[in-house]
Amino acid sequence: MSENMLNLSAMQLDAIREIGNVGAGNSATALSQLINKKIDMDVPSVSVVPLADVPDLVGGPDTMVVGIFLRVYGKAPGSVLFLMPKESAFYLVEHLLGDQKADNGELNEMDQSALMEIGNILAGAYLNSLSYYTKLTLLPSIPAMAVDMAGAILNVVIVQLGQMGDHALVIETQFLSEDDGINGHFFLIPDSGSLQTILNAVGVK
Amino acid sequence: MAELLKVGIADYKVSKAPDKIVSYGLGSCIGITLYDSVSKVGGLVHIMLPDSTQARATENLAKFADTGIPLLLKEVLALGAIKSRLVAKLAGGAQMFQFAGTSDIMSIGNRNAQFAKETLQKNSIRIVSEDLGGTYGRTVELDLENGLYKIKTINKGEKTI
Repeated sequence: MSENMLNLSAMQLDAIREIGNVGAGNSATALSQLINKKIDMDVPSVSVVPLADVPDLVGGPDTMVVGIFLRVYGKAPGSVLFLMPKESAFYLVEHLLGDQKADNGELNEMDQSALMEIGNILAGAYLNSLSYYTKLTLLPSIPAMAVDMAGAILNVVIVQLGQMGDHALVIETQFLSEDDGINGHFFLIPDSGSLQTILNAVGVK
Repeated sequence: MAELLKVGIADYKVSKAPDKIVSYGLGSCIGITLYDSVSKVGGLVHIMLPDSTQARATENLAKFADTGIPLLLKEVLALGAIKSRLVAKLAGGAQMFQFAGTSDIMSIGNRNAQFAKETLQKNSIRIVSEDLGGTYGRTVELDLENGLYKIKTINKGEKTI
């Protein structure tokens, strides 16, 4: 990514964190309503990391995760990724569809569809608030899902950024449900150039 | 003592037997190995994009198929491999997410594979085996003792090419 991205000022970082906070707050509320449980979220972490280190944020490149991926279209394109361990995915499906998962642990078509819809709702809530504060039109693509190694799933995002640079700006929020059933990571990774657009829109130079 | 060398994204390693070289969690990326079975010298490059001429950030040669393969070639030769004995193996190039209407970025795995093969051909290196495509991630490991390339997946088992 561009040089200046590596040198964000404290004020810019604060602005990005606040945007992430409001967006994730909206998403957490949406998730909480969906499954009727209290959802806690941590303060978003904003970091600029080498592309090669991005998989380490979720436990290493060969950690198995369920990933729901959406592209963001509009004035500030980017990627949204919701990653969680398989157990969290089962928990979500159980609470949403009310069916008990057998221990053989496969996500059937119905489960996958439900999870993608959750991704859709979370991303929608996040982008809505981001759009509201920046007055930028941001639209999510239809969601896609994969159950695989974290590194392989993150490839999709990393490739997008790799054309332009060797670092990723990652706005990450962790979600935890009150009974620890869900432990998910929500990532917003702006394409290069989008970050500047967002900062300009909120008036932080 | 045999060492296990780790290769990250857009990274490469070269070494000799009895070492092994591993790279975790390849999606659309490709792990290309070069190996000389007589000197038991080899290397692995984990490329992420096909074509350096289409990108703006090109400092890291290991990021691209068209520059990463020549880089790996140079390094294995420097370590004592003989070019005429080198063989190549490829794994990766998956398409992790299926969208209706496949965009450019989604078919990057295919383009990576195509570029990697073309670059190997241009450098007159024989491809002896490959495990490309699909919709799943791979962890790959090159054994410099015998040149075997082990491919592990989460849902599709394990194989050696």
